[in-house]
Amino acid sequence: MSSTSKGFLPAIPALVLLGVFFLYPVIRMLGFSIETGNLDWYAKALGEGLYLQVFWNTFQIAVFVTFFCLLLGYPLGFLIATTTPFWATMGFIFVLLPLWTSVLVRTYAWMVLLGRNGVFNRMLIDAGIVADPLPLLHNLTGVLIGMVHVLLPYMVLPVYGAVKRLDPSIVAAAQGLGASSWRIFWRIYLPLTLNGIFAGSVIVFVLSLGFYITPALLGGGRVMMIAVLIEQQVRETLNWQFAAALSAVLLGFTLAVYALAQRAMRPEAAR
Amino acid sequence: MKGRHGLIAACAIIYFFLMLPLLVVFPISLSSAPYMQFPPPGFSWQWYERYLDDPQWIDATWRSLYVGVATAVLALALGVPLAFSLVRGKFFGRGILDRIAMAPVIVPTIIVSVAVYGLFAKLKLIGMWYGLVVAHTVLALPFVVLVMVAGLRDFDRGLEQAAEGLGASRLRTLMRVTLPLLRPSLVSAGLLAFITSFDEVVVALFLSGANMTLPKKMFDNILMEIDPTIAAVSVMQIVLVTIVLVLIGRFGRGLSATAR
Amino acid sequence: MAPSAELRLESVFRRFGEVRALDGVSLAVESGELLTILGPSGSGKTTLLKVVAGFEKPDGGRVLVDGQDITSLPPAKRDIGMVFQNYALFPHLTVRQNVAFPLEMRNVARPEIDKRVGETLALVELAGYDERLPRQLSGGQQQRVALARAIVFNPRLLLLDEPFGALDRKLRETMQLEVRRLQRRLALTTIFITHDQEEALVLSDRIAVMNKGTIQQIATTTEIYERPASGFVADFVGESNIFYGTAGADGVVTLAGGRTLNVARKVPAGKNVGVLVRPERFSNTAINAFEGEVIEAVYLGSSFKIRLKTADDFAVIVRLPARGKLPAVGGRVSVGIEPDEIHVFDV
Repeated sequence: MSSTSKGFLPAIPALVLLGVFFLYPVIRMLGFSIETGNLDWYAKALGEGLYLQVFWNTFQIAVFVTFFCLLLGYPLGFLIATTTPFWATMGFIFVLLPLWTSVLVRTYAWMVLLGRNGVFNRMLIDAGIVADPLPLLHNLTGVLIGMVHVLLPYMVLPVYGAVKRLDPSIVAAAQGLGASSWRIFWRIYLPLTLNGIFAGSVIVFVLSLGFYITPALLGGGRVMMIAVLIEQQVRETLNWQFAAALSAVLLGFTLAVYALAQRAMRPEAAR
Repeated sequence: MKGRHGLIAACAIIYFFLMLPLLVVFPISLSSAPYMQFPPPGFSWQWYERYLDDPQWIDATWRSLYVGVATAVLALALGVPLAFSLVRGKFFGRGILDRIAMAPVIVPTIIVSVAVYGLFAKLKLIGMWYGLVVAHTVLALPFVVLVMVAGLRDFDRGLEQAAEGLGASRLRTLMRVTLPLLRPSLVSAGLLAFITSFDEVVVALFLSGANMTLPKKMFDNILMEIDPTIAAVSVMQIVLVTIVLVLIGRFGRGLSATAR
Repeated sequence: MAPSAELRLESVFRRFGEVRALDGVSLAVESGELLTILGPSGSGKTTLLKVVAGFEKPDGGRVLVDGQDITSLPPAKRDIGMVFQNYALFPHLTVRQNVAFPLEMRNVARPEIDKRVGETLALVELAGYDERLPRQLSGGQQQRVALARAIVFNPRLLLLDEPFGALDRKLRETMQLEVRRLQRRLALTTIFITHDQEEALVLSDRIAVMNKGTIQQIATTTEIYERPASGFVADFVGESNIFYGTAGADGVVTLAGGRTLNVARKVPAGKNVGVLVRPERFSNTAINAFEGEVIEAVYLGSSFKIRLKTADDFAVIVRLPARGKLPAVGGRVSVGIEPDEIHVFDV
């Protein structure tokens, strides 16, 4: 065996599977978008206000979701990384349990909680805080709550990793020099865990872009995201060419975000 | 430290937010009300009975179980050798191979689903359980590779040298030393692949056709009617995931490593 | 038991990029002999061991066991027992399973395996530990298991790769003697790798001193110590005073600054030579006298270790029997050395 192919053999079966059932179908499908020999379907996807609005919605939702995940995920990751081993294990279990619970179970549960006759509205009305049920479901609020819930663990884990990697003697030194807890957080932890924040944000943002289940069920048809639009084009209008163009734009944007993020991470990591 | 108490209080609220949807399905699944009502007016097993008596639910559950097991087996069979290549191989294009192996988690699932749906429709594979297994294996492969690569990186190759020096062939070294020592990683990787398939909705939505998996059946039910049978199914799903997590914690490797 | 094998290396080369790890190494180990490869880290001794074990392929040269060329044989086919630096015990197997491993790989029948494992564990004094896992053993016990595993299948050769490095001093000395006893008893041809010259002197029949991928000298322990072939060997093995100078007529070597030493060995006049004086060979003779100020004086129980500085700027280490009072720092001491205690080597 030549030295340029040492150990390649065991990769071949997996590579064949990925080639035949992943790369080929994706490329084949994306090819539909230019079957007509022109870029008309792209012009439609990016030119018509209706569809541009869907892209814009998707982008906005992804930004919101990322922001809220960061807001909730940072304290959680921070706490797990700085507590005793026992509590860290407990903390992990209660982050991983929701992560590995079916998205459907969680989505269903949010419908139960947020619906017109759901748990929240019942309690608010019974307590006399509001007279009529609040619209929490089948709108942006519902979608955001559901998505943040699904994606929160993806923020917690990188933040945890970043805080854990931080040299405890740096913190001890800062304490020894008389810095208060808040000062230590702002001057030491936050700047030194930017890597984790950034990594988590990229993961959450990119996963948000392609989300389907949560907007489809909690949005109740009123919150249109790009994945839902693609599904409709394939299953309802059977417009494969347009679906392919939409997919290509979504994929292109996703990969661009990744590429930019990787470039941005590199000098960061070298520091 | 004063800030610490504030942090713990904030995290308690966030944990409440994380766990609330998991907890709320328990009382609902045991409700005696004929429709969704909270708090439940009384106790009853009726939704569990309805699940168990409905051949459609049972059918979907079995299908999800064997598709999940088959996915785990296939993903291990392909992913473990791939991980060996990525960690120990020295060949041109290894970096590219690494990216291809990870691509299924980066490419949005909706795109993979639609693309494979297009291909399978042509090949008349819609509704075939093994078609679903193949598609789920594509999605599960990155997790298997991640876990196995981590395991292999930490592996002491001196032990393999020792085995060979003591007269073991390559194959016997693999079977008697390398794989037994990697067992925690194998357990984690297999269980993750299983759960990836067992929980998977979007691909199943497109590919399962009339032969529904459990998530597909749940999706349809949620879309049609909010019936507490779903709550009963959810409770069982949560219990199953808890068991799997406990298994990973007990026999697997690195809870935190597996989630990334 | 079949007599143990003899090993021969014929001009073995191994390069890693620009580094010549083995630069034409030839040596022969006789049947039943314990040869130590002694050298600093990076001298190529580990590469040499790997070439013998089969984990490294040489770029050139041959490895022969009992005249059979094994250069391209895979490690599994070589029948060589090896004890690794960190023991490399299989953590998932019990002591018994670890020791049985090489026999199982040779498809030995079960009753025979049980018998030989039992015997070998008794030999290394680990009977009764069969069902323990490696992590439940102390460092010394782990080492015995590694040793048992390496000899249980009657290998043709035994290789020991710095096996005592992880042990504390006392345990180390015990294990050294035990390995030596076992090796003698089994008459097992053994190559022992170490960077510790004291260990090498205790254990070996012969020592091969390596540096920069070549063997500097291969000789018995006494010869290595008394008559090192080069400055490197003299310096690396034992404490030494090394001077360089030019040989004159009638056994006189002239050192820098014009100091002369009378030596026993006849060297052609005008030749540049090195001179080795072991610190413990000084006496109060007046011949070849070194007189100077005491820079440092340490009491070592059985001896005094004294550093002198002479008026003509020679720094000399001297060991004297610990009789009387330890010389005071700053005081003056005079020692000398008999000509036949001085070793002259070529440079």
